[in-house]
Amino acid sequence: MSGVSGKSQGNILDVQDLKIHYPVHAGVFLRKVGEVKAVDGVSFSVKAGETLGLVGESGCGKTTVGKGIMRLINVTSGRVDFTTKAGKTVDLVPLDRGGMRPLRSEIQMIYQDPFSSLNPRWSVGDIISEPLDVHMPGLSAGERADKVAWLLEKVGLRGEQAHRYPHEFSGGQRQRVGIARALATAPRLVLADEPVSALDVSIQAQVINLMQDLQEEFGLSYIFIAHGLSVVEHISHRIAVMYLGNLVEIGPAREVYAEPIHPYTRALISAVPLPDPSLKRPDRQRLQGEVPSPLAKPSGCPFRTRCPQAIASCAEQTPPLVEVSPSRFVACLVVAGAGG
Amino acid sequence: MATTEAIGRKKLLEVEDLRTYFDVEGRTAKAVDGVDFFMYENEVLGLVGESGSGKSVTALSIMRLIPNPPGWIERGAVRFRGKDLMRLTYDEMREIRGKDISMIFQEPMTALNPVFSIGFQLTEALQHHKAMSKRQACERAIEMLELVGIPDAARRLWSYPHEFSGGMRQRVMIAMALSLTPHLLIADEPTTALDVTIQAQILELMLDLKQKTGDTAILLITHDLAVVAESCERVAVMYGGKIQEVAPVERLFARPAHPYTRGLLTSLPRPDRERQARLQTIPGIVPSILDFPAGCKFWTRCPVKEAVCETVEPELVEVEPSHWCRCHLVQPTATPGGRSK
Repeated sequence: MSGVSGKSQGNILDVQDLKIHYPVHAGVFLRKVGEVKAVDGVSFSVKAGETLGLVGESGCGKTTVGKGIMRLINVTSGRVDFTTKAGKTVDLVPLDRGGMRPLRSEIQMIYQDPFSSLNPRWSVGDIISEPLDVHMPGLSAGERADKVAWLLEKVGLRGEQAHRYPHEFSGGQRQRVGIARALATAPRLVLADEPVSALDVSIQAQVINLMQDLQEEFGLSYIFIAHGLSVVEHISHRIAVMYLGNLVEIGPAREVYAEPIHPYTRALISAVPLPDPSLKRPDRQRLQGEVPSPLAKPSGCPFRTRCPQAIASCAEQTPPLVEVSPSRFVACLVVAGAGG
Repeated sequence: MATTEAIGRKKLLEVEDLRTYFDVEGRTAKAVDGVDFFMYENEVLGLVGESGSGKSVTALSIMRLIPNPPGWIERGAVRFRGKDLMRLTYDEMREIRGKDISMIFQEPMTALNPVFSIGFQLTEALQHHKAMSKRQACERAIEMLELVGIPDAARRLWSYPHEFSGGMRQRVMIAMALSLTPHLLIADEPTTALDVTIQAQILELMLDLKQKTGDTAILLITHDLAVVAESCERVAVMYGGKIQEVAPVERLFARPAHPYTRGLLTSLPRPDRERQARLQTIPGIVPSILDFPAGCKFWTRCPVKEAVCETVEPELVEVEPSHWCRCHLVQPTATPGGRSK
């Protein structure tokens, strides 16, 4: 599966066989009774200046992948190779807090909820300058204020609004503050976890455009984690689809959307409602049932219990991602003939 | 507000000049500020709007479920099958809720009582409103659970809400809401908290049950225009506590008249079409409910506003048959429909 994530020039991030398992304890002595395999061997890469959309339904592990890359949670195994501004490639997995700290200025995060992710007792200026205090302690007060004002203007707010508090802003404006905070340390990679899901329709488009403008201006790479496929398709260069802790398909956004190959991707895309009543979609596929609990994950292919095309051998092995056409990877024994 | 009517369709619900206000730290928030619309019997009407547009408050006002204080219904009429719901006594209204009009909410966990089994909650309403015996009510409850696709319904009847997944809970809510075969089902963002594949299942289920159980009309409240496009016959668009545009779905999506509706539609990413480099946007922010401007509620964000928009609020006018729009710049086409009221 080289190519999905393999060393290649221009990759800023290479995730290889990432596993994040949580032990489940029960009983009086809290003995370990099982394991939730939240992320179970995920590999992908992100190029410089690229947006990778990570999609899937709740519980598929997309947010956990993001947190694992940020090392906000412990990783069970795998590699996360990050290439710094200085051109050095570092595996983030073995790093401890202290080892991660200098790298955090280069990897930043934007959160879903612009209400809970900003400290209500801090002014917006304080919120944005906190990462500066950590990563650029040499700045004078004047330099810092200038930098905050510059950042606010970059995200479409006004410099003098630095003295205001989060409650004085609308949801969309708060998300702009969150973006300014992420940009403060001039990161190379930004993980955006559902950055527009909580916003009104007319505001979503503004924030998406802003993220694209900033990407162009600063050469940012994004991992855009979301469940809203229409938005992901619009902003991403490539899309990776997750199901129950595994990647099932990855490829160029337009191609994956227009011609999904994996049965799950096909069902997911066909379930997306479109704002056009004249479209009659007789070919629409309906998935039966629900995502199984990650505690009782099916053997073999995780999707086989709901898959309309499942065959007996799907229960036996987890299909690997194979390249079915240039730059398109699918993990399915049936449609991609993987492993068989 | 009605003039031209589809021939042979009876109106189930007529809302006229509904105004619901809230007291917010001494100031009056006009959450619903003169809403007019009607619903035909047996139709699916979408009520769309962004947060703060007043769509949920409209629904709660129809049900007379506005918490007082801080809210109150300032004025307006809600005629439902000939009766003005605003004039009913508390007990008369209680009889209507559940039996004639029922409601499902975005988060089913807040609407289901966590300490009673779903069987108890389902049969309670049946025994009260339909005067069924316990045994009859249980049979009907199992039948409803089977209808909404709960596997092993007879056993699951005595499960508690927390034992169901989000999608299953919403199915239970739908079973409960439709078990009394109401004339009107108000669904307030019924699929917003659900994953997209489950959303598709639930919407299909609601429309399917509507066919099977008879003449229930559905008022589908949502912020998602795509959901409206796929499930509704007509749409009403709200902004600033007022209806801004009403039209049959095909017409609204093909020829939106109001600048706000046009802005909403063009700001959506369209994966099924040629890719645009940038999304079109509606400038500015949705004003706080306390700060909507005088004149047209939308003029502060409107790309085509004129001087008159800042001072005079436009009327909701029938611009072509069955298509109403509240905008000074949209003139009625020459049809016998004419102006409303």
